[in-house]
Amino acid sequence: MNTEKVLDAKGLACPMPIVKTKKAMKDVEAGGILEIHATDKGAKSDLTAWAKSSGHELLKHEEEDGVFKFWIQKGE
Amino acid sequence: MTVKTMTVKEIAHKVLNNEELFLLDVRTEDAYQDWKIESEHFTYLNVPYFDLLDGVDEWIKQLPKDQPIAVVCAKGGSSQMVAEMLVEEGLTDVYSVEGGMKAWSEHLEPRKVSDLKDGGELYQFVRLGKGCLSYMVTSEGEAAIIDPVRMTGAYTDMAEKLGVTITNVFDTHLHADHISGGRTLAEETGAVYWLPPEDAGDVVFNYQPLRDADHVQIGHSNIDIHALYSPGHTIGSTSFVVDDTYLMTGDILFIDSIGRPDLAGKAEDWVGDLRETLYTRYKELSDELVVLPAHFMIMDELNEDGTATEKLGTLFSRNHGLNIADEGEFRRMVTENLPPQPNAYQQIRETNMGRISPDHEEQREMEIGPNRCAVR
Repeated sequence: MNTEKVLDAKGLACPMPIVKTKKAMKDVEAGGILEIHATDKGAKSDLTAWAKSSGHELLKHEEEDGVFKFWIQKGE
Repeated sequence: MTVKTMTVKEIAHKVLNNEELFLLDVRTEDAYQDWKIESEHFTYLNVPYFDLLDGVDEWIKQLPKDQPIAVVCAKGGSSQMVAEMLVEEGLTDVYSVEGGMKAWSEHLEPRKVSDLKDGGELYQFVRLGKGCLSYMVTSEGEAAIIDPVRMTGAYTDMAEKLGVTITNVFDTHLHADHISGGRTLAEETGAVYWLPPEDAGDVVFNYQPLRDADHVQIGHSNIDIHALYSPGHTIGSTSFVVDDTYLMTGDILFIDSIGRPDLAGKAEDWVGDLRETLYTRYKELSDELVVLPAHFMIMDELNEDGTATEKLGTLFSRNHGLNIADEGEFRRMVTENLPPQPNAYQQIRETNMGRISPDHEEQREMEIGPNRCAVR
């Protein structure tokens, strides 16, 4: 996957992963992909809902050793 | 800027005292739809916190100016942020609910149900967030705890306050919706831990098997806990008759609903047991027994004083689940169109068997959401 930018939000508790994601997304071109690493368990449902409400697309997510990784494509 | 906070205990008192409150729930729409702080007297607005990051202007006109506003989220972080934003906009009566829905899920409200004979007492512990009910029976310096939840401190604190020693701990069945505090509480207090053996086939710890017609005496006087085998929600489900007056029904019979038979994957096998327990075994008992269930699903099931109790005779006339004459229809009701199963119920069962040992934080996560043990 062609990640344009990686955001490290590990160790941050809600609401910071989303606050940072939203900020980081500003620097991503439409159609570009932001990769996010987080450890907060609530991040998955929140990022999914946030992406939907903001017109972005959550392409993929996975979990590895307690770290949740997300790939979100910026909407037009 | 500091924002005022409201504890879940304060919220619980507002719920139980029928007080009004404006609740701004900033979790996702799905989370809110699935599970929230319930009260007929609360006004609700659900706006996910991430929709408020660019400012609260758009929403502020939907908020009351003359009423306290409590902001709640999953764990208390986002509600704090949103409450700060509202205060910056000039609202003054704004509170962040400390610990959020996680804390709400864990809060217990002890309520005295009644005095028992010879100075004994009976308490019901109401876990509003998950609808779990557990009990303390005291007699002459001793106490029994029935269906304790994970937060065992609530029972040991109460025992200390009342000056009683916890000597017996019971689970009416192997729970699937919440993590039992039974084993931990027994270890902490040196009490005997009783479990129905039919539910304990896969458990990996020692327990005292509780069988039909067993009697356990609390204190020296005759406060007697009499076991009554009542399968259906699980194959081991056992009810207790306490002091010849109270019927603790576990997850078999609730105030306005009945237990579901499918949480161990055996609905078809157990529906017959459920029918027999409700329509034959319970029918043989005195109508005057006061039913004390292990759950409530909706606030309507609570009495004015916040307890969930009702006479067995009244339930036989009013509870829909006890009034289905046709066996086929009963079978369909309890096996088809069931509500979703409780969050992480398989892991919860395995935890209660002692087969997995999730850490504290994982246990909290597993218990998120409503209990969903009933069919109506």
